[in-house]
Amino acid sequence: MDINAKIVSDMVANDISFVTTVPCKQLAGVIDAVEASPDIYHIPANKEDEGMGLCAGAFMGGKRPAIIMQNTAIGVTINTLVTLTQFYRMPLPMLISYRGELGEPVACQVEMAVHTKALLAQLNIPTYHFHREEDVEELDKILKYTFMCNKPVAILTDATFWKGY
Amino acid sequence: MIRSDVLRELAPTLADHLVICNIGLPSQELHLIDDRATNFYMLGTMGLASSIGLGLALAQDKKVISIDGDGSVLTNFGTLPTIANNVADNFILLIIDNGSYGSTGDQPTYAGKKTSLAAVASACGCETVVECSAEDTVQAVKDAIASDKMTIIVSKCESGNIKVPVITMDPVSIRDRFMGAVKA
Repeated sequence: MDINAKIVSDMVANDISFVTTVPCKQLAGVIDAVEASPDIYHIPANKEDEGMGLCAGAFMGGKRPAIIMQNTAIGVTINTLVTLTQFYRMPLPMLISYRGELGEPVACQVEMAVHTKALLAQLNIPTYHFHREEDVEELDKILKYTFMCNKPVAILTDATFWKGY
Repeated sequence: MIRSDVLRELAPTLADHLVICNIGLPSQELHLIDDRATNFYMLGTMGLASSIGLGLALAQDKKVISIDGDGSVLTNFGTLPTIANNVADNFILLIIDNGSYGSTGDQPTYAGKKTSLAAVASACGCETVVECSAEDTVQAVKDAIASDKMTIIVSKCESGNIKVPVITMDPVSIRDRFMGAVKA
């Protein structure tokens, strides 16, 4: 199974049926796989905080949501993560492209990469980092953990994991 | 009529439906006027009442009314294309447009100047957009509920606030009580 199919398969196996996305070049394949899945309502968002609002509503409506976005979005969503997702104690798996790591061709992406883990740590968001392809084997457990503890949980996926850009 | 007058007149019509209410004074006023398990009060996160309401409407079948403000819609403008392109006929977005940021001291918004939120919603692709006066808002909401069509209502009212206490309910209690009402 290719890595995008594996990710979507784990989401569906964990009853995730509502996924919002803001694109990143690295995430193009998994976003295509989400769009193609008959078990998932895919709702592209214009901004990641908007996407988190959609996910909060879907969760209260009885669906398990997830968001797929780039690490630059951490800068956009801090207020939403703190005053909506965490304050009301809602689960939210966040599959995040970790731009600005080894292999990155765009210098500006490094400027956010150096803050990404520090910001997530400051927000007390459980954070996992997929670097090798086999790290994806943990995804199923991470999703179960997210819906067990009702927290936003970050899964950072770097260029080595995605085999380049 | 100011926003609290509109909410007071509207409360009996809202009572049977799920309501996502905007941060600040709108939530505080609705909480004071008619606190119900079917009300979800936003205590933070300006701008997301419409997004939360759309997500909720897409996830289940009951009618959802998001009570938003002109300032909050301006903050989250990207919501209107998302709403237009993900039609949920059980969703009503009621924008109470008083042309000002009421909760922060009535600073004017652009919606009270040249910008028409109804025109923007139509341009974004929303198919049923109704602009009405504050006095006609209850009827507009009743019509939208009866139509079973996703509807954006822009209710033009006067700027101004009443004195209301802050909501001291715990956010998890608000959310848990609301989710119980969604399932009921």
